[in-house]
Amino acid sequence: MSALTVERATWASRIGFACALAAMAALVAVPFTGNAGLMRMIVELTALLVLAQMWNLLAGYAGLVSIGQQAYVGVGGYALIVLADDLGVNPFLAVPLAGLVAATLALPTALVVFRFRGGYFAVGTWAVAEVYRLLVANTDALGRGTGRTLKAVFPLARETRELGTYALAVAIGLAAIGAVYFYLRSRQGLGLMAIRDSEPASESLGVDVFRTKLAVYLIAAFGTGLTGALIYLNLLRISPDAAFSINWTAYTLFIVVIGGLGTLEGPLLGTLLFFAFREVLADYGAWYMILLGLLAVIAMLRFPQGLWGLVAARWGIHVFPVRRRVRRPG
Amino acid sequence: MAWLDTVLQGVLLGGLYALFATGLSLIFGVMRLVNLAHGDFSILAAFLAVVAVGTWSINPLLALVVVAPLMAALGYALQWLVLDRLLGRGMLPAVLVTFGFSVIIQNGLLELFSADSRRLNPGGIETASLALGGGLAVGWFSLLTFAVAVLLLAALHLLIGRSAIGRAFRATSDDDATAALMGIDTRRLHGLAMALSLAIVAVAGVFLGIRTTFTFSSGPDRLLFAFEAVIIGGLGSLWGTLVGGVILGVAQTVGAKLSPGWGVLTGHLVFLAVLLLRPSGLFAPSRRVDS
Amino acid sequence: MTLLAVRELSASYGDFQALFGVSLEVAEGELVAVIGANGAGKSTLLRALAGALPAARGRVEFAGRSLEGRAAAGRVALGLVLVPEGRRIFPSLSVEENLRVGAYRGRPGPWTLARVQALFPILRERAREPGTNLSGGEQQMLAIGRGLMANPRLLLVDEISLGLAPLVVKHLYEALATIRAESTTLIVVEQDVSQVLALAQRVYCLRKGAVSLEGVPARLGRAQLAAAYFGT
Repeated sequence: MSALTVERATWASRIGFACALAAMAALVAVPFTGNAGLMRMIVELTALLVLAQMWNLLAGYAGLVSIGQQAYVGVGGYALIVLADDLGVNPFLAVPLAGLVAATLALPTALVVFRFRGGYFAVGTWAVAEVYRLLVANTDALGRGTGRTLKAVFPLARETRELGTYALAVAIGLAAIGAVYFYLRSRQGLGLMAIRDSEPASESLGVDVFRTKLAVYLIAAFGTGLTGALIYLNLLRISPDAAFSINWTAYTLFIVVIGGLGTLEGPLLGTLLFFAFREVLADYGAWYMILLGLLAVIAMLRFPQGLWGLVAARWGIHVFPVRRRVRRPG
Repeated sequence: MAWLDTVLQGVLLGGLYALFATGLSLIFGVMRLVNLAHGDFSILAAFLAVVAVGTWSINPLLALVVVAPLMAALGYALQWLVLDRLLGRGMLPAVLVTFGFSVIIQNGLLELFSADSRRLNPGGIETASLALGGGLAVGWFSLLTFAVAVLLLAALHLLIGRSAIGRAFRATSDDDATAALMGIDTRRLHGLAMALSLAIVAVAGVFLGIRTTFTFSSGPDRLLFAFEAVIIGGLGSLWGTLVGGVILGVAQTVGAKLSPGWGVLTGHLVFLAVLLLRPSGLFAPSRRVDS
Repeated sequence: MTLLAVRELSASYGDFQALFGVSLEVAEGELVAVIGANGAGKSTLLRALAGALPAARGRVEFAGRSLEGRAAAGRVALGLVLVPEGRRIFPSLSVEENLRVGAYRGRPGPWTLARVQALFPILRERAREPGTNLSGGEQQMLAIGRGLMANPRLLLVDEISLGLAPLVVKHLYEALATIRAESTTLIVVEQDVSQVLALAQRVYCLRKGAVSLEGVPARLGRAQLAAAYFGT
């Protein structure tokens, strides 16, 4: 019998690698153009991309369909302000720390929401996010309903702040994609995909379902909290209604579902589409959200693997080869 | 006396919440479907009543004669055309699609009716009250809401417990493949369950719109209250849902009395406390939250 | 008169083909046995006939009508009813409610709640209890009774004696004789052939998803049956 080889790299992943190098070069070049609007937009785009990657990890890979990830956007944003303004931490350093705060709060939260299964998990996470919003809106130190402004960055020159935020965003974006990619390729990632395919079967093979899902939930809370801090480092002004808005989850959900649930490429494609749509439909107000909602419904009915799933099925392209493929030589 | 009044208001409010909750738990019971747009459908019904009142200058309660069947038809159509195709593919597609409905409805209402808050005017009954002695008084409208809620729950209880269609609902809930072998057209039955759910939530939405002001984005809160009433009462128990609604209503009015910003939050906290202490709810008939 | 005519029926579970061109005929008032070893395709045949499994190829005519495109619920309306393998009693319904669900389509005919309860008295005695409280044999009676409530022209009974004590099986076969006497046509699937062959007018033996033998039980030799059954 001929020996089999296991490989993950594909020609698309090699071309993808080349594209990634080109994109990185472009990202490095952007600050030299001095275009502050473009930099802000890339920060926004990166933030949504990371939110989408985190939600995709939760829903697409771990089957945890949370409608309450806005809780961690808000927690991250407020943690940034408390750390930087009240505790005197460097605001750029406060961003990753805000992610840790979110992950810490996610642990007790998980003990509550993990009591729900399936569809009721979605509503349960949403209810808990509302609890966070109302708690913040009733706390004097956090500015109650009116919110607060990040003052720690005022002494910095505007260019310094913008460049710092931009560099941080690019680093977070790359780190998030890399982290999700390597997590899925790891032993735990394999266990996660086994759970997605069959929970009882994976359990009988020794995968600890509860711990694996908990780990994913905490990782997603960290990434989402971090991104929340990044978003408000960019916006400077925070309020409970905006920071804990269900729209954060709505955007990421549409990005992932339209782009391709349960793939790494899907959220990337979805984020780019989302931004393109937003630019084109900027003048049409709410129609923009109606259109996205309709697209997501149609996607779920007609192409549940999303646009990237169509691409992958048509041309067999995998830029991020998470799967292993068994080949006979020759 | 002021506290007794607060509790009484909360109990009556709980009837309305039970009405929201019933439709949600009905479709979960029959087809394991969680409708994230449940609250938005109630607000859609309230806006339809606004249109009906504006067009024919009728009482909003009378408008229900048109609005409830309209919502039922919408529910049947959505189930038939969209949601039924997603069943059997796990819960994820249905959750995402109903969330899509939620966003579509909210933004559609925003486009059509602007962000202004609205209220339905039933012509005086909403302000009239009944003196109970000792300085205690309850609004006629709150009483009417509670009575309608109890009547609808009782009717539904009878329908599910005694009628052929109710048996078919329960059989389908147990095992839809075998139900089909008994001659039950499960797809049609799912459509009927959704139609019934949206008709009930239309009643709830119109009563809400008379009781308080609402905007295009009032839906998600109704979904959460309905969900909390279901979980507090225990899944699969209709009267448990009423008690769950009442507990939630009392928690909210008492919380709001303690501090104006704490009404809804207290409700959420009581819900979390019940969840942690009795995960299967207070009156669950032997089923678990995840069953 | 031919009630059921099956021509070249094939059916699959996903990629796995379980039936390969099965043809059979059942006349009105007959009791036909379908026997075969485990995995021969007997249950698949009944499920395909009842519409619980889409037929991949072939034609099925029931009372002169093609069943193509007709789902399980619609076949019940015509009087084609399956008593499924494993009883499949509804746990949240009482014994009586399980029976009443059988009458969901309201087909007219000889079977009423009272007559089914007379056939199986235990179903009257324990009418208010949850259906799944009954023992295995009693659940089989309930499943058959539930099927009868639909007033079938053709009742398909899957693995009637599976896992039941011999005395219970004997009792169930006595009931089948009564049911046939009501001019209800039956197809009974069995692994255990001795009981069903004593009652059946005709028998089909399935092996590896195809008909390996067809005939009148009294005229078939033991060796002939064994060869068709085990393929030796």
